[in-house]
Amino acid sequence: MALVAIGLYLSWTAGRLDRLHARIDAARAALDAQLLRRASVTQELATSGVLDPAASIVLYEAAHAARQAEEEQREVAESELSQALRAVFAETAQVEAVRAAPGGEAAARELTEAVRRVPMARRFHNDAVRAARALRRHRKVRWFRLAGHAPFPLAFEMDDEPPAALSDRPA
Amino acid sequence: MRIGIVCPYSWDVPGGVQFHIRDLAEYFLRLGHEVSVLAPADDDTPLPPYVVSAGRAVPVPYNGSVARLNFGFLSAARVRRWLHDGRFDVIHIHEPTSPSLGLLACWAAQGPIVATFHTSNPRSRAMIAAYSILQAALEKISARIAVSEYARRTLVEHLGGDAVVIPNGVDVDFFARAEPRPEWQGDTIGFVGRIDEPRKGLPVLMKALPKILAARPQTRLLVAGRGDEKEAVESLPAGLRPRVEFLGMVSDEDKARFLRSVDLYIAPNTGGESFGIILVEAMSAGAPVLASDLDAFAQVLDQGAAGELFANEDADALAEAAVRLLGDPERRAELHTRGSAHVRRFDWSTVGADILSVYETVTSGAAAVAPEDDERTTGLLARLGLARD
Repeated sequence: MALVAIGLYLSWTAGRLDRLHARIDAARAALDAQLLRRASVTQELATSGVLDPAASIVLYEAAHAARQAEEEQREVAESELSQALRAVFAETAQVEAVRAAPGGEAAARELTEAVRRVPMARRFHNDAVRAARALRRHRKVRWFRLAGHAPFPLAFEMDDEPPAALSDRPA
Repeated sequence: MRIGIVCPYSWDVPGGVQFHIRDLAEYFLRLGHEVSVLAPADDDTPLPPYVVSAGRAVPVPYNGSVARLNFGFLSAARVRRWLHDGRFDVIHIHEPTSPSLGLLACWAAQGPIVATFHTSNPRSRAMIAAYSILQAALEKISARIAVSEYARRTLVEHLGGDAVVIPNGVDVDFFARAEPRPEWQGDTIGFVGRIDEPRKGLPVLMKALPKILAARPQTRLLVAGRGDEKEAVESLPAGLRPRVEFLGMVSDEDKARFLRSVDLYIAPNTGGESFGIILVEAMSAGAPVLASDLDAFAQVLDQGAAGELFANEDADALAEAAVRLLGDPERRAELHTRGSAHVRRFDWSTVGADILSVYETVTSGAAAVAPEDDERTTGLLARLGLARD
């Protein structure tokens, strides 16, 4: 009787863990999508000729590096893209100049959305990671190897502070 | 002639390009030309009267390190205003491929533009989109100058087109007339450069030093430059460490006296050099030069005729050559004579005149430099003659 109860409990825990892993996978996919979207909007802006060539090249290189980065360098490359975006869009006047160009309104909106959604997606992902890590550290999970061979989940750490000129919402 | 010069690097940070621009501007001013230099600088930095601040450079990750660059709306506006107020006959842009003031000025100006390429490596990776962004700005340049044959070759490889080679200038007489200092004389080897920058090659020299001291124990190595002195001598046996003297950062005057005093100047740089101004300065001061055989150095030293070369990064070859030269006063006197004659071509009187003839070539028959009209004002209104000037 006690054995059955323990068995049921363990099985329930394994199910919980499985759901958490699935949540991490989904959150990671969402984060990847947002990061990719941010990099491609940046690249579009950089090659559009709307910005001055110096800013264009800085943004283009940063976005290119972020898209091409290996998994281990990803966090650094994405952080550098955040820094480059902050440097270029430090002034509201720069955003206004983008808006004034043909099609610029849409580009500015896409970029604003992208830089706002990256921190959100990252927070949801890291939140799921934290929950899974807490459960996996528990001794019942470690002793009975309930996590199987799933890799220990890692948080995605990066600088995702959006540029000041893009983060204030228009009234 | 009204000359506008664009400096890509912060005026308040010492560097080869900044010094080159300062000397060039002062040379033209002495000849009676009107010169204005646009450079990044903090707004509260004291600037010489001919320098206009383009605002502070922003640190941003670029090409694998953090670079201080000027870009964006405010910098572009300052470049336009400078071009508008200056009414230059010609503008001279330095380092037009770095995404900073040079590129901005290229983009914002029309008219005779001269550009000097200082680095031998304008782009580390050729990227198709970045290339097209660059090309649109660079094709406005009417004349390109490369500081060495080596820089010209890489420029041609990376960007196509061609350039004339005009070396960096040195005030030869300033070095030739400097007074030697007795405490720096007598079996001394000189090194000038950042201690903690491995490409300047001090580690190679440190590796060679025990052999040099074994053959000539009375030798002293004098090092002028910033960096961690303890770390620099770590590879040396403790007994030899007193043979190395660190002078720290030295003033221009002291550098000239330093180069006048030493028996042998060694440049063990391992790479990243496109010119080698320090070799020219050493030869101007009459110091025999022993340098690594980098392309740029070999060219400055006239393929070994004006100074000796050793195989790059080969500490044994360096030690062997240094011992031989230190023990052969006749050979050193010969290098002194040849070097002093060779450096005349790097004197500002020659280099400045060459640059001025480039200006005259591109300005003859051309209109003055003007800010490129904003696309929005060249639109309908301008065509109808309604645009405000």
